[in-house]
Amino acid sequence: MVEVSMTVNGKTVSGSVEGRTLLVQFLRDDLKLTGTHVGCDTSQCGACVVHVNGEAVKACTMLAGEADGAEIATIEGMANADGSLGTIQAAFQEHHGLQCGFCTPGMVMSAAALLKDNANPSETEIREYLEGNICRCTGYHNIVKAIQAAAANMTPMAAE
Amino acid sequence: MPKDSGIGASSKRREDVRFLTGKGNYTDDINVHGQTYVHFLRSDVAHGRINGIDSSAAAAMPGVVRIFTGADFEGVGGIPCGWQVTDRHGEPMQEPAHPVLAQGKARHVGDPIAAVVAETAEQARDAAAAIEVDMEELPAVIDMAAALADGSPKVHDDLTSNLCYDWGFVEENKEAVDEAIKGAHHVTTLELVNNRLIANPMEPRVALGDYNAGTDEHTLYTTSQNPHVIRLLMGAFVLGIPEHKLRVVAPDVGGGFGTKIFHYAEEAFCTFAAKAVGRPVKWTSSRSEAFMSDAHGRDHVTKIELAMDENGKFLAIRTDTMANMGAYLSTFAPSVPTWLHGTLMAGNYTTPLIYVNVKAVFTNTVPVDAYRGAGRPEATFQLERVVDKAAREMGIDPVELRRRNFIKPDQYPYATPVAVEYDTGNYDATMDKLLEISDHAGFAGRKAESAARGRLRGFGVCSYIEACGIAPSNLVGQLGARAGLYESATVRVNATGSISVMTGSHSHGQGHETTFPQVVAEMLGIDEAQIDIVHGDTSKVPMGMGTYGSRSLAVGGSAMVRATEKIINKAKKIASHLLEASEGDIELANGAFSVAGTDKSVAWGDVCLAAYVPHNYPLEDIEPGLEETAFYDPSNFTYPAGAYACEVEVDPDTGKVEIMSFAAADDFGNVINPMIVEGQVHGGLAQGIGQALLEAAVYDENGQLLSGSYMDYAMPRADDLPFYAVDHSCQTPCTHNPLGVKGCGEAGAIGSPPAVVNAVVDALADRGVTHIDMPLTPSRVWAAMNG
Ligand code: FES
Ligand code: FES
Repeated sequence: MVEVSMTVNGKTVSGSVEGRTLLVQFLRDDLKLTGTHVGCDTSQCGACVVHVNGEAVKACTMLAGEADGAEIATIEGMANADGSLGTIQAAFQEHHGLQCGFCTPGMVMSAAALLKDNANPSETEIREYLEGNICRCTGYHNIVKAIQAAAANMTPMAAE
Repeated sequence: MPKDSGIGASSKRREDVRFLTGKGNYTDDINVHGQTYVHFLRSDVAHGRINGIDSSAAAAMPGVVRIFTGADFEGVGGIPCGWQVTDRHGEPMQEPAHPVLAQGKARHVGDPIAAVVAETAEQARDAAAAIEVDMEELPAVIDMAAALADGSPKVHDDLTSNLCYDWGFVEENKEAVDEAIKGAHHVTTLELVNNRLIANPMEPRVALGDYNAGTDEHTLYTTSQNPHVIRLLMGAFVLGIPEHKLRVVAPDVGGGFGTKIFHYAEEAFCTFAAKAVGRPVKWTSSRSEAFMSDAHGRDHVTKIELAMDENGKFLAIRTDTMANMGAYLSTFAPSVPTWLHGTLMAGNYTTPLIYVNVKAVFTNTVPVDAYRGAGRPEATFQLERVVDKAAREMGIDPVELRRRNFIKPDQYPYATPVAVEYDTGNYDATMDKLLEISDHAGFAGRKAESAARGRLRGFGVCSYIEACGIAPSNLVGQLGARAGLYESATVRVNATGSISVMTGSHSHGQGHETTFPQVVAEMLGIDEAQIDIVHGDTSKVPMGMGTYGSRSLAVGGSAMVRATEKIINKAKKIASHLLEASEGDIELANGAFSVAGTDKSVAWGDVCLAAYVPHNYPLEDIEPGLEETAFYDPSNFTYPAGAYACEVEVDPDTGKVEIMSFAAADDFGNVINPMIVEGQVHGGLAQGIGQALLEAAVYDENGQLLSGSYMDYAMPRADDLPFYAVDHSCQTPCTHNPLGVKGCGEAGAIGSPPAVVNAVVDALADRGVTHIDMPLTPSRVWAAMNG
């Protein structure tokens, strides 16, 4: 067993894990942060995307031990301080960017990483960025619309 | 002006808030105190005789609680099939046994042979790897034609052959169809494959069994579209548990698309094992396991012939299909190539004579069952491909040929020669709308522009119809269903006026928690936020049949309307007492009951309170309380229909197909929440385009699944797809359900594959291409182009 400690959504957490324990298992099973999902076993679907030190990472592709000392952000930490939906989350609801909700945490985390690096992505850039996130429900139309809307809403008062 | 609440409003989905904040409650998120984990050892050969299983080394490994094999299930029922098809000669289909764990033989890669229950999932997996199976590999039957050949190895030794049934429909028409085809001006013939698919909801299946020895009660948490159906099948046919001792819970479910309808061996195992080991038992499928244990879809090989007169009027259709059942009969598998397929062969057309033959075949592959559309995509694909080919052969524009044969608006109700009666529709209207939203008129210019860039551009159309709102119980009973297909709803009005609606429908992405309250709110004139939906738990909801076949609103919504009507009737009686007026004079509007022609009224909440605090109440006439249940059994299917258009560009150097635009004009009848309806169409289109261009479940000749992961099975990704143009403004409301709704969940997956293939064939027509089998991968397209 390995001792790990990291910051998750601003809180310091620690635990002891097997060497083979994946970050996603540590989040789901040990920390009970079940918003991060597992949709595959070949690192293809993106249901497990979280942020590790500010970068989007597939949490099924990283050992919990490798995340020792890291800053992790998950879907549970994406709402505003008052509990209301954050800008990207609100745009997903407004534009019906989710149906069953299973891919959604990964989509939101990927979208957040995209918009951090590229505040005003084109449709093509959004679609290409989502290459690693599979959604089986929405046909992506409304996910792309939601991310476009979130980008517009996040742009700090561009017009005035 | 768009409404902001009630029927017709694009109310934002209330379930989104929990999904967007990581607070969903999917089955794998549920853990029960003291739970163990099971890992299934699955066959790695497609066909093999199990001569022995030695689990002694595995049993001694750390954390192992118990190891089960097929022998532990002697005397336990097998996984049942829910539909019996009768063949052309009046004989029942061949129906093999389907043990929970393999007994004697393994019949497909992935067939579970043994199960290890251990303290942790990792320990269960490690121990399963230490089980020694003495497996004698047998020749596998994978190809359907080979499986039907004389002398083929048999999947089931106790059946006479690999033929499940040979179905003819309508058998009495057979000779007349043959005659009409013989004498016709022109016959267009097409042989095609409807490719095998894997539904792939993003949430893998999970089952968690729990047993309370104190009360002798079983609980199964499972990823299901229909928990009551699982309770009935598993309780009555597999494990012999009476329903009052068996609770099945399907909480938030991460997509289904049909593959979560069926009762699976893992559900029965976890329920059985929880009692056997005295602790809860949990199974979480890996994606790799899902590929070889979730029921697959489609997999038809078909020859269709369309006979026409000199004006292109359709005279007769004859179609022959081999349909793959896989190794066992999944829950509704026999119904898919028959009653969900043959009955749709008239399409939108007035073809007077139709004969459909289907041979269902056992092979050493994963069972095949309903996948989004189920039978109707297979019918639509062959029909709309052959119509397109016929248009080219006859020199008639494909849209014009369709229009010449459309059933016209004054012909409803329209009885087809394949046993169904369409209640209403207007196919010219959806075609007109389609040509408008797809800018058909501008196509020639776009084609020239593509040509200037060295690209081949094509435009393909498709008309479709489907039978939804499944289904009238007495009818499906005659057709072999071993279940009724009604739906239930209980409307429970609480003392302060809030409402819980218990529905037998199940939402796994469709947004019932939002849409259903819109209907009740509209009927009562109260705020949607006062109404909540309860679903997915057999201990809370009356017996219901669940969600598939685009039935939730058409059947489940109708049950809810009927129950709400009973509520209104009773509430009016209470109000008439409170208002000292006669019941006939009471009107309900905007959440208040008033006496017609006066200003006397009483609010909704006061009536509800009176029902539960009956101090001033007509106790001699009616009981206290305000709660009503209704079961609704439809009198007919519903018939959503529409027209789709796809525009593609093909790169002649590589054969790569790019979707330039996709347009869908649907007639769903009345629409409750347009935003959700459009989302359903988008999702269906993506799956249909995926079938047409990308997806294929592929076995090698030994029965190894080559497309067994997301690295090998190509799922549509965001950059494979365009924005879609969708329209549902052509509305001919269903005539026989109270909401006038038809259902919208499957349309996109039904109408899109032929539209895509028609577009690609159109792009390549100058090069002599008349057909390419799906998926239209670059190599297939390039090969077709280059002879
Ligand atoms: S679960 Fe991590 S990519 Fe699929
Ligand atoms: S919303 Fe269901 S997978 Fe994306």
